Amino acid sequence: MSKASSSATTKISSFVLLVIFITLALSLVALILAINAWYTPGQEPVAGYLLLIGFLGAALSTYVLLQTRKRIQRLSLKTPSITTTIECRKCGFKSIREFQRGDYIFKEVEPCEKCNENMLITVISREVKEKRVKTRF
Amino acid sequence: MNGLVVMTTLQNHIAQLFPEEFSWILNLLFYVVFIVFMFYGQRIQIYVMLREVEGSLYKLKYIKEEGRKIAIETIKEIGKPETDPTARVDRFLEYFTISPQSLDPAGIVGKLEHVLDVRDTRFKDDVKLMAPAADKTQTNNLENTLEAAMALNYIYKVIRHFYLLGKKTLSLYVIMQIQMILPLVMREAEAYASALKAFAYGQPIGDGAGALVAAKLTHGQPTRKIAKDCISVTVPIEGRTAYVIKAEGPGGNVGKPGDAIKTIIEENEGKIATIIMVDAALKLEGEEVGEVAEGVGAAIGGPGVDQFKIEESILKYRIPINAVIIKEDIGDAVSPMRKEIFDAVDKAIERIKQVILEKTKEGDKVIIAGVGNTIGIGQ
Repeated sequence: MSKASSSATTKISSFVLLVIFITLALSLVALILAINAWYTPGQEPVAGYLLLIGFLGAALSTYVLLQTRKRIQRLSLKTPSITTTIECRKCGFKSIREFQRGDYIFKEVEPCEKCNENMLITVISREVKEKRVKTRF
Repeated sequence: MNGLVVMTTLQNHIAQLFPEEFSWILNLLFYVVFIVFMFYGQRIQIYVMLREVEGSLYKLKYIKEEGRKIAIETIKEIGKPETDPTARVDRFLEYFTISPQSLDPAGIVGKLEHVLDVRDTRFKDDVKLMAPAADKTQTNNLENTLEAAMALNYIYKVIRHFYLLGKKTLSLYVIMQIQMILPLVMREAEAYASALKAFAYGQPIGDGAGALVAAKLTHGQPTRKIAKDCISVTVPIEGRTAYVIKAEGPGGNVGKPGDAIKTIIEENEGKIATIIMVDAALKLEGEEVGEVAEGVGAAIGGPGVDQFKIEESILKYRIPINAVIIKEDIGDAVSPMRKEIFDAVDKAIERIKQVILEKTKEGDKVIIAGVGNTIGIGQ
């Protein structure tokens, strides 16, 4: 059920694909016409316009196609890495490991490797590497 | 006007490239495009907006389905049900709560509290039926997981409603209103999506910053149950007696800090020098995650019942109320606690001690309330 719905979610609409490819084809036609115009005396300005239209059309359709693909790749739930820090209150020995189900802050866990005193979970957190948006404010 | 001249010139130039007998086709095409955009411009805009909403709706559907899947899997894993819980989970996701009538607002807080209590009891009973093997902590965590899945289901349905309504009526204004708030709605949905796993695994979340402050102040001291799902610990701080309140962990729980504060005030016949509330608060864009700020007032979110009770209690005895907040955004509040928020907890404790030293005398009694969901935080 979930598999079927997720494949439906990640499908690219055939209408969008059709529009993208028609734009791409028209852009190529514009580029060919631009070459023809270039070799026709007095048609250089037209060649320039067509070249511009052709390049813009090709760039736009390629961009939309790439964006559509990117959106499909983005459709996944990221699971952040959560770490648990265990500390010995007596000798200060610390160990960091991946979070395990059942962990909670101030839970007493296995004895300390050094002094055999029961250790305590003191930190459960995730590290985020955030992209900073450049701003003057 | 200038643009039209350029277009016409360009059209004439392009027409020259084609044989004479086909140039009328280009002319016709030009006028058709012009007329189509003149009369159907708005409709084209509507279709563009609908496409944008549709894209987000696909994503929402995916997130909603994932939420449902995580909830069912967690119930099966923890609760060990004898029958398949899928049908019951689907029914749970459709639950709704009707808020009390506010035409005559007198006494509405009591009515709202009663409705919320009934809702809470109903949810807990249902979770117990779905997951009979779950203990109290796990039941609370499962309830939180299901609530996050429920929120995602609701967001998806509302956006789908406006999308389909817009498609049916082709009204620009119906579609525009949903398209304009879509980025904020998506942010909220993504936040709930990251909350799902945190709730399912019982990891501390950003909203628990206040509860963590209270836990750090009281760890190792004997606790006393003071209100429903709420504990109180008496600790000496800077020569004062501090009654520290927090929700009972480590299960997902916010408790009833309003009732707890009221009880302590009444027990001490109003002889409380100050109340300090600590909570996570939403930051504005541009502010740093984990920034600590100080102010006055009851720092507590939710439907408003607890804030009302606290304000009523302090008004009776004219008790000053201070607030210390730890700033974070909506995504951080419901997803596993960030390192920056964890580090900010120690700064908040320092601020609390400073407030106590500045605003009270030695031998005074103070209340410190650590507000927030205590999931993954013991005491």
